[in-house]
Amino acid sequence: MLIKKGAEANLYLEDWHGRKVIVKKRIPKKYRVPNLDEQIRLYRTIHEPQLMHEAKKAGVPTPTIYMVNLAEKSIIMEHINGKQVKQLLNQIPNKERARICKRIGELIGRLHQRGIIHGDLTTSNMILTSNNKIFFVDFGLGEFSNELEAKGVDLHLMKRALQSTHYRFAEEAFKAILDGYAKVVGNKNMESVLEKIREIELRGRYIAERGKEK
Amino acid sequence: MKYCLGIESTADDFSVGIASFEGEILANVMDAYLPEEGGIHPREAAQHHSQVAAKVIAEAFKKAGIKPKDITVIAFSQGPGLGPCLRTGATAARALATYLKVPLVGVNHCVAHIEIGKLVTKAKDPVTLYVSGGNTIVAAYEAGRYRIFGETLDIAVGNCLDVFARSAGLKQKKGLVFGAIVEKLAKKGEKLVPLPYSVKGMDLSFSGLLTAAIQLLKEGKHKLEDICYSLQETAFSMLTEVTERALAHTEKPEVLLTGGVAANKRLQEMLKVIAEEHNARFCVVPKEYALDNGAMIAWTGVLAYKHGLTIPVEKSMVKRKWRLDEVDVPWVEEAFGGAD
Repeated sequence: MLIKKGAEANLYLEDWHGRKVIVKKRIPKKYRVPNLDEQIRLYRTIHEPQLMHEAKKAGVPTPTIYMVNLAEKSIIMEHINGKQVKQLLNQIPNKERARICKRIGELIGRLHQRGIIHGDLTTSNMILTSNNKIFFVDFGLGEFSNELEAKGVDLHLMKRALQSTHYRFAEEAFKAILDGYAKVVGNKNMESVLEKIREIELRGRYIAERGKEK
Repeated sequence: MKYCLGIESTADDFSVGIASFEGEILANVMDAYLPEEGGIHPREAAQHHSQVAAKVIAEAFKKAGIKPKDITVIAFSQGPGLGPCLRTGATAARALATYLKVPLVGVNHCVAHIEIGKLVTKAKDPVTLYVSGGNTIVAAYEAGRYRIFGETLDIAVGNCLDVFARSAGLKQKKGLVFGAIVEKLAKKGEKLVPLPYSVKGMDLSFSGLLTAAIQLLKEGKHKLEDICYSLQETAFSMLTEVTERALAHTEKPEVLLTGGVAANKRLQEMLKVIAEEHNARFCVVPKEYALDNGAMIAWTGVLAYKHGLTIPVEKSMVKRKWRLDEVDVPWVEEAFGGAD
């Protein structure tokens, strides 16, 4: 059963040997030339399970991978029962929200400490389960990197995602995330990533502060 | 009948448009500054604008068949853009408003691109991909403003194509700009040369792609046609992917393509595919209204004026870094009829 038609892949909820599983299938994109399309889909299908597996080792809950089919560009993985953090954040009291955001920050910190860049940190890619675990999903745009630049972009995207989907409380939420992040990587490392984020922001187009620096 | 005159001068184009309050475009006159060599020199572009301003304004009145005294409000692009160019347009607008004793409206250039696109394609609530030499933005309306879902983290896609073309020694002339030249060459390309494909969440990066493409030129191992083809395919696939993500995320009923790069047929084709896949209507803004133009400023001026968003001359400083998502657009909600 198709449950989500994303831009990158289709997600199906299926029964697989008596288990409820998610089948993530990267279908060919007609807008791309076949050659480029094949390259991108293959690359992402190989890398996503690797990243998810490493994330688990870093102590970040991710769905267990059951099978990868490179010919079909599909991944069969555990189905996680829970609530999307995107919906949840808008419904809960401030204090609870701060706690969840701090937890998210800790998990991002664990990823970065192991050189894992998620690549698409948004609240729609996080699931809170009934036993209070936050699962990270969708590592399709991720990569392995220990560079400050990559970590900075990763957190910058998180910030931007908060600003576009949770603009009412984006600032507090991001602050709580940074708190959690610092708890794992240390204040000094957090400060240098924060500095990098500022630099990345200033590279963008039409940023008020950029004019001031000249 | 009430009319708004709009002046656009954010970059290389100086343009004047006249729109009626009912949304009829009566005039849209443009005069572009074309550098002999290199990119836009802000001071030279501004000098060009001040030289042609009177002529373009007069021509707009002639085209529209109305007199200066028929104007109800003057609008100008207040930002974002190149300082000297913006100030030249602003000066002309202030002078006109003061002389005619009519109110002044400062319009955000990016908002204007979306509004004119909606007007001419009849799109109601689109995901917009705005691609030009200065901007690369994926935006959609949400709670009072156009929210930016994705944008470039460094240079604009049009800038990437322009600099590449210049590095390849190509020359543009009036009526045949770099983007069109690259498109033409790309059509003859056959071999896809791997280039960095850089999508970061919904954001994009083109600087690495540009560097790699220029590197290929220097190596001299590939045909220029093949590099153009590979550059276009890679850059446009990136744009289409993030637009599709925004579309999947927002579930909007339309995709609107605008800006100078919107004229590219290959990009149009790619976006049409994703629009169809998500049951959205694909709308591409005709070139006249997709390039920087005065009509879009005039029409957005009408919308803003109707909501009382006028500014006194002494507070009409230009805003070089004015982001799309900093602007309240109260008329959008009204057009939904309060249904949202």
